[in-house]
Amino acid sequence: MLSLGLNLVFGVIDVVWICYAELIMLGMYGMYFLYTVYHQPIWLAAAGCILGVGILGVMLHVLVIAPLLGAAPINQLLATGGVLFFLQSAATVLFGIEFKNLGLRLPVLTVAGMFVSYSRLLAFAAALIGMVLVYLLLTRTYTGTAIRAIAQDRRIMPLMGVNSRRIYLITSGLGGALAGLAACLLVLQYDVHPFVGLSFGPITFLICVLGSLGNFAGGFVAAFVFAEIISVGGLYLDLEWGYVFAFAFFIVMMFVRPEGLMARRS
Amino acid sequence: MLELKSVRAGYGSFQALYDVSLEVREGEAVGVIGPNGAGKTTLMRVVSGLIRPTSGSIVMDGIDLAATPPHRIVELGVAHVPESRRLFARMTVEDNLKMGGFVPAARPKFRRQLDAVYELFPRLRERRRQLAGSMSGGEQQMCAIGRALMSEPKLLLLDEPSAGLAPVLVEQVFELVRRIRAGGLTVLIVEQNVQQVLRVVDRAYLLKTGRIHAAGKAAELLASDSIRQAYLGV
Repeated sequence: MLSLGLNLVFGVIDVVWICYAELIMLGMYGMYFLYTVYHQPIWLAAAGCILGVGILGVMLHVLVIAPLLGAAPINQLLATGGVLFFLQSAATVLFGIEFKNLGLRLPVLTVAGMFVSYSRLLAFAAALIGMVLVYLLLTRTYTGTAIRAIAQDRRIMPLMGVNSRRIYLITSGLGGALAGLAACLLVLQYDVHPFVGLSFGPITFLICVLGSLGNFAGGFVAAFVFAEIISVGGLYLDLEWGYVFAFAFFIVMMFVRPEGLMARRS
Repeated sequence: MLELKSVRAGYGSFQALYDVSLEVREGEAVGVIGPNGAGKTTLMRVVSGLIRPTSGSIVMDGIDLAATPPHRIVELGVAHVPESRRLFARMTVEDNLKMGGFVPAARPKFRRQLDAVYELFPRLRERRRQLAGSMSGGEQQMCAIGRALMSEPKLLLLDEPSAGLAPVLVEQVFELVRRIRAGGLTVLIVEQNVQQVLRVVDRAYLLKTGRIHAAGKAAELLASDSIRQAYLGV
């Protein structure tokens, strides 16, 4: 899910948002405040969170990325990296370092002898719906087709009558909104703190790289493979071993297929 | 229909066009010929707005293109088939054509335009689900021209449509240009293939190191000694 949004932004705008996980962190805080502190209904909080992080994505693009579009990639990385530390520190100052959670416990279902937590089921369903919606947007609409086209050849977009700046804004907003959706789902399972982004940011990136950056289908496959390795490894040994295997797998794959699982000619 | 007056343009400190003036009248096919590096592609880009002129004016049907944002120029009826085609290689033929019909005015007519393009290029209908990059050079050129036609343009800019194609296909491409012309479309075509292009167009300009060196009826240029000597090398 996270990888999907990041992949979208990277593929289209060709800039890696190092601070992507921090947008999610802000989204999680958004959920916490709207639901727990201001007692909004959960669906309203979720909608607000998706919208808010979407707007943050647009702001990030306008304020940080757009002025650097022509700059060297390393400068763009450093700039978004800077935003990462800025957001972490700002969150620490504003929200403190305590762990916060929604204080909401969803029931655990028992299906044919298996324990399935309701929140995980919800996360899975929402992620699936999100992916399907993004897929339909990308394939069925003019804007979506332009998003895919601009990722392949941005310089001739004016010849198609496309305003590239607008497409970038839409993509940034979409990438942000996906981060918002991810935040809504993660906050059901995990506590929020200013450094929560560090716990899943790296995995998001690994999945993107594994699935070839900018390749949507590759991202899905890589996320699935990664999740399988972690949970199967965790089943037989400890959960931590699952991560060890997953990262070992990643390193091996980088030697075997440096372009990613579903590499394509560049 | 289109008139360029003393247009200067370039890339950074490099100037590619010096005081270029030319005119394309409605229903006409006009060629711009000249050797490599003469500024032919720059001329096309300056019309479609990919490059802004540093001075001079470019007027299309009374509207100054130099003052129009590039993505609006398509809406005024100018479609540009860029050099080396520039298809979206990892998208299907039909998605490429869809991008050609991106402008709001073209969207309601999408089906009709699509049928018209498929009628012109039956090969594209067969390959509509195929990735554009996997097709042969000739088919890609058809797709690139089809993509430009999707916006229902008044003026079609063709930049080196025969470049990189086998001789048999070059012949086909010029045949296509004839058929497009027959449909009443105004065409501005840039080519290195002088002999062949002069048989398709009404008039032509000779562009050399960024300046217009000669202009006239295609038949006259084909017969003229100066063109033969300067350019054809015979």
